[in-house]
Amino acid sequence: MSEDEEDERGGGGEGKRWSPDLVGGRGGGSGGGDPPPFSDQVLENVLENVIQFLDSRRDRNAASLVCRSWCRAEAQTRRDLFIGNCYAVSPARAVERFRRVRALVLKGKPRFADFNLVPPRWGAGFYPWLAALVPAYPWLERLCLKRMFVSDDDLFLLAKSFPSFRDLTLICCDGFGTAGLAAIAEHCRHLRVLDLIENDVEEEMVDWVSRFSTTSLESLVFDCVGCAVDLDALEALVARSPSLRRLRVNQHVSVAHLRRLMARAPQLTHLGTGSFGDGGGGGGEMEVADLRAAFAASRSLVCLSGFRDLAPEYLPAIYPVCANLTSLNLSFADITADQLMPVIIRCHNLQTFWVLDTVGDEGLRLVAATCKDLRELRVFPLDASEDSEGSVSDVGLTAISQGCRNLRSILYFCQRMTNAAVATMSENCQELVVFRLCIMGRHRPDYVTREPMDEGFGAIVMNCKKLTRLAVSGLLTDRAFGYIGKYGKLLRTLSVAFAGNTDLALRYVLEGCPKLQKLEIRDSPFGDAGLLSGIHHYYNMRFLWMNSCKLSIRGCKEVARRLPHLVVEVIRDKLEEDDVEAVEKLYLYRSLAGRRDDAPPFVEIL
Amino acid sequence: MEGGGSYGSDLDNLKATELRLGLPGTDEPKKLPSMLPRSSKWAILEATKRSSSEIKSVEKDQKPAAKAQIVGWPPIRSYRKNSYQAMKMEAETTGMYVKVSMDGAPYLRKIDLKVYKGYKELREALEDMFKCFSLGEISRMDESNVYEYAITYEDKDGDWMLVGDVPWEMFLSSCKRMRIMKGSEAKGLGSIP
Repeated sequence: MSEDEEDERGGGGEGKRWSPDLVGGRGGGSGGGDPPPFSDQVLENVLENVIQFLDSRRDRNAASLVCRSWCRAEAQTRRDLFIGNCYAVSPARAVERFRRVRALVLKGKPRFADFNLVPPRWGAGFYPWLAALVPAYPWLERLCLKRMFVSDDDLFLLAKSFPSFRDLTLICCDGFGTAGLAAIAEHCRHLRVLDLIENDVEEEMVDWVSRFSTTSLESLVFDCVGCAVDLDALEALVARSPSLRRLRVNQHVSVAHLRRLMARAPQLTHLGTGSFGDGGGGGGEMEVADLRAAFAASRSLVCLSGFRDLAPEYLPAIYPVCANLTSLNLSFADITADQLMPVIIRCHNLQTFWVLDTVGDEGLRLVAATCKDLRELRVFPLDASEDSEGSVSDVGLTAISQGCRNLRSILYFCQRMTNAAVATMSENCQELVVFRLCIMGRHRPDYVTREPMDEGFGAIVMNCKKLTRLAVSGLLTDRAFGYIGKYGKLLRTLSVAFAGNTDLALRYVLEGCPKLQKLEIRDSPFGDAGLLSGIHHYYNMRFLWMNSCKLSIRGCKEVARRLPHLVVEVIRDKLEEDDVEAVEKLYLYRSLAGRRDDAPPFVEIL
Repeated sequence: MEGGGSYGSDLDNLKATELRLGLPGTDEPKKLPSMLPRSSKWAILEATKRSSSEIKSVEKDQKPAAKAQIVGWPPIRSYRKNSYQAMKMEAETTGMYVKVSMDGAPYLRKIDLKVYKGYKELREALEDMFKCFSLGEISRMDESNVYEYAITYEDKDGDWMLVGDVPWEMFLSSCKRMRIMKGSEAKGLGSIP
């Protein structure tokens, strides 16, 4: 569920392949320590020269399993390290194996943390990793952190420790503020990318934009930074950044300022506007016309977003660029179908479209009529509550499926849905890789037939042969999970909420989906029997999350006992539990590092 | 706002006739404040109680009697949720009130233009509002197929314009006040769509 931007292409294997026999100094063979004979050294050099061309980490993981010398050669040539779970391996071990890493991706909390289901201070602190990276990778260039706790001090240390540092991307992180950003800006002289995406940024009123020392800035994304920035400094920064291609500002940037920024950077390809209205100042038609001229001059724009505080009469300003747009994000713009129409009919090259459900089924019909090459659609609910009206329904979904046959990924929030519409989509959109449907009212059946939504989701897994990610909702029985287990052979991520009847459902999935990596479940009647049915598979998964199900401490202990390399965390919201037996939240994941030493008191590791 | 007492009781009456889901006597859940303080996520967590037994008892599509907000459901990230709250609050509080006068009526009315989606709704609302004055119907046409009344508005530049010529949004941003004038006065404005 939700707007997670998981890169499905590369998902799955981690930097550390799960292979207890082959890693580090463990495993069989001679006592280790004898230097390889000369010819072996030559072989290794040759191997390195060949293996360095491997890009995909899955290929690299596979290559590293062949034999020890391949493993070594691969480790020496791996530049991009991906750690899907920061607790799956210790930092020391990672840097010891991979000596020449230039780019690191590190992910922390489980995804349900986005919905307040993981208590604060649970973990995923960046510092332990940073402390290992500083001495090990002085030439580190790129870093991407997702759902980690990063403090200002961490950013400060980061900025000072890596002279070649170029790209920093922070997604859904927290713990830092503008002071940390100022440090990055000031000390990273070769900074090319600073992308801050949906982080929880402390408002420290530190001016950071004026501190930038780089002249090679290519991308600056800061729409999640809540406080205002020095607009003159921002303009000056843009003016001295000839390589700037992506700029996404926050809502404190007015249309007048946006025009000036655009004038400074006509080469922009990605633009995120600030507030897109007159701000109550009564800018009038002149301002809209000037804005339109600014867009007309931005010939390279392919991606537009922002549109905060939208005044609908300002929308026509973007008409000049619509035909070139491949990506448009109107998900913060409260507009009707009528207001959407003149925009969307011009966007025939659109591949990615995010929108609010205020456009209704009619708006989606318009999208389906024009955007024939649409690959990704996300429809968000303005009123995200269970008893809201719901402006989009099965009608909109059907229209999309009929018009956008190339659809790969969909996220759709609604209140009313039918099995028929979902089945129609499964038949029309054979390219679907990601299908996430959120019927917001819990346990809602097909509103026409009153039946569970089993058949609809069944059709999805049956017909969409490329499906790797699925999120289900509505009234669902064990039958739906039977379908998923039977047909979801490529499924890697599954999100379940308020669904199923018995443990059978969980068993179907765990036994039927060999590629399952990430399973997150909430408020579903699954107990220990279901949990134990996955014992054969948990070592192949990145994680399992279950909250508000029917688990008991005994079942979880049993899993922990039988799988020693699994970390089984039982998380409590309040320390004094009435029922000590029941498990409120379970998070389990494979790990080479064993039990972590930074677990807070409300986490019990079995 | 003006119109003290009567306006207030109008509101109360409205509330009584309002269609809502849920048993009579239950109130709507309190709206969360839009600008949540730091660690806003946890304000929501603490402010709501979740009861899984409640959830399990809801087998069909019936709403539970006591509407409790579920943590993290629907699954929208706090950042987005907060933004939407702010958007909705703003839309609700900043009304676009303009005075409306009608020739022959003893007093004026005030309406919130933001409430209407387009001209048709506006016209219907005005009909409703002014029919108590028994001045005739706004939409009635006479023999020569001209409307008895013309709905006009004063724009930002002070000119009196015929309602309906420009796109709705443009009308919203330029309308300062409205006047429903008798057709005889409105000669020359042309027939109204």
